Amino acid sequence: MSAIETTNQDRGGSEPAFGFWRRSYAMLVKEFIQLRRDRVSFAMIVMIPVMQLLLFGYAINTTPRHLPTAVLIQEDSDLARSVLKALENTSYFRFTREVHSVAEFDDLLQSGKVLFGVEIPRGFERAVRRGDKPALLVAADATDPVAAGSALGSLGMVVQTALAHDLHIGDPPELPFEIRAHARYNPAAESRLNIVPGLVGTILTMTMLIFTALSVTREIERGTMESLLSMPIRPVEVMFGKIIPYVIVGFIQATLIVGIGVLLFGVPILGSVALLAVLTTLFITTNLSIGYTFSTIVQNQLQAMQMSMMFFLPSILLSGFMFPFAGMPVWAQYLGEGLPLTHYIRIVRAIMLKGAAPSNLQYDTIALIALMLLAMTIAVTRFRRTLD
Amino acid sequence: MSPAPASGPDIAINVEGLSKSFGGREVVHDLSMQVKRGSIYGFLGPNGSGKTTTIRMLCGLLTPDAGEGTCLGYDIRRDADKIKRLVGYMTQRFSLYQDLSVRENLEFVARLYGLRDARGAAREMIQRIGLNGREEQLAGELSGGWKQRLALGACTLPNPQLLLLDEPTAGVDPKARRDFWNEIHALAAEGLTVLVSTHYMDEAERCHEIAYIAYGHLLAHGTVDEVIAKSALSTWTVSGDDLNGLAAELAGKPGIDMVAPFGTSLHVSGRDKPALEATIAPYRNTRGWQWQDSEPSLEDVFIDLMTRSKDNFQ
Repeated sequence: MSAIETTNQDRGGSEPAFGFWRRSYAMLVKEFIQLRRDRVSFAMIVMIPVMQLLLFGYAINTTPRHLPTAVLIQEDSDLARSVLKALENTSYFRFTREVHSVAEFDDLLQSGKVLFGVEIPRGFERAVRRGDKPALLVAADATDPVAAGSALGSLGMVVQTALAHDLHIGDPPELPFEIRAHARYNPAAESRLNIVPGLVGTILTMTMLIFTALSVTREIERGTMESLLSMPIRPVEVMFGKIIPYVIVGFIQATLIVGIGVLLFGVPILGSVALLAVLTTLFITTNLSIGYTFSTIVQNQLQAMQMSMMFFLPSILLSGFMFPFAGMPVWAQYLGEGLPLTHYIRIVRAIMLKGAAPSNLQYDTIALIALMLLAMTIAVTRFRRTLD
Repeated sequence: MSPAPASGPDIAINVEGLSKSFGGREVVHDLSMQVKRGSIYGFLGPNGSGKTTTIRMLCGLLTPDAGEGTCLGYDIRRDADKIKRLVGYMTQRFSLYQDLSVRENLEFVARLYGLRDARGAAREMIQRIGLNGREEQLAGELSGGWKQRLALGACTLPNPQLLLLDEPTAGVDPKARRDFWNEIHALAAEGLTVLVSTHYMDEAERCHEIAYIAYGHLLAHGTVDEVIAKSALSTWTVSGDDLNGLAAELAGKPGIDMVAPFGTSLHVSGRDKPALEATIAPYRNTRGWQWQDSEPSLEDVFIDLMTRSKDNFQ
């Protein structure tokens, strides 16, 4: 871009003026045209930030309230009802289940259907009247210290003040009974105990999704699809052929993550290792099926990556991995139920930290199977058998 | 084979009125053709004339918008799965796996077709196509000629009854092309039907029958001699000096439809023989040109068909 070049402008073969800018401009125009043609990418440019921001801005809540709580009533008295009302008034607890046996009570906590359990012991009212200061048990599922923490913390002054007010006890409040909080499963509230099992699911979601999300588009982009379609192979066969190798890859990955979690981070596996292996394999297959479904929907590898990101972000944020699931608004919880990671995180935490049995995990197992079959059905019907 | 082929056992492809449009543009229009079993059928036409689309409709990769027909006795609309088992399709662009070796690609195909001894079949095919010593080389690293041999090997591996070859020799050197055609003839001698699209006139002349397609319309078909005879084109071959000047002078004159240089001679052709002869008469005995009344070449016929079809369809 010197003066000499400018004078040479008209001569054939000489460098035109502002060559650098012209060539950059040519490239820029080309990129814009290509970007405009790629409708899906274009939509994602707007969708990813707006949708994700709105979604997570409204959904995430690190001091969750109205947490599902079971109540074990062994005595139906006015005092018991007043105590429960006072607990609910703190807005931390929401009584969703009423049970009558200790077994049911434990089962609800173990399966993760409730985060808290309040037990009103038999003879509670009488003991209070006698001035025996009986104990009211509040059991918490402390696998997720964040979710349980603020509610457990409230049991101190907040609950006592509310109770004193409801029960018309003078100020300063002095309760005629004792509240005994019991943090189950992770009593020391160590977050790594909660994070490591969650990471098993998160890492697997990320890796598995990408493996298969690129599989069909790769065949199309490399031109091998034409040959493949001209041969006698059915869509289901293509799908299984593409998924199964990665089930093994995923299983090796899962073994590595769990192994490191146990050896380096000291995370226990209280439940059955075999059960963990079976359900982890199911989770891996579900993610691979979803990735494969993306692959049959998108047109190129860039779109496949974008779609995987669209799926991965909510999986991290709405599954209960990073933020308490029970703290999210109801609509966000419904969204979360549609994500395999939500169910797997419940499963993996329940097996590793709570020693859950298959009967505790029925709902989440069925949800994973349903999501897997749904993804596979969409993939097989979406798979184009012709080049039309 | 059941059901009994409607078009007789000696017809491999019998289609009627095939049409296909993409985005409102008709790529193939009302195309009908018959290909005899065991014959080599050449499919000629300019780029974008609908050859690839037609081939894809024949093997079930595209669904025709209109028309019907059978391929090896099976309905091209309903029985695509059965047709795929019996047809080998060699795509225009190399479409085997570049990151698999020669052997792995062939074994993949053999397994897909359910051959009992996939390894054995692949090994035999490597011998047959002369790729021994290169079994473990990645397909993507092969040269154009070897890639083409591998692709042919892959589509003949499952013992198909019909081969659909889409411009198989594009970008391949003459020696490899000749070897390739010898192989095609050997396969046809074994009873295989071959439909091959090409741009090369010498390849067209190696076919038992040819069809010429332009702008989606089938314009001529038959043996090479029949196609030339039916063209009703008269051609004079001129040799001598300054043929470029002569070509420029003749172009566009009455009766002259086409002037094309062929090496050291010039082909002057026209459909109206008397008009052509009247126009060239003044040049016949000047400037040392030698004029010879000759047969039009296949290329002359095709260029003429193409020019005319352009007038008709565009």
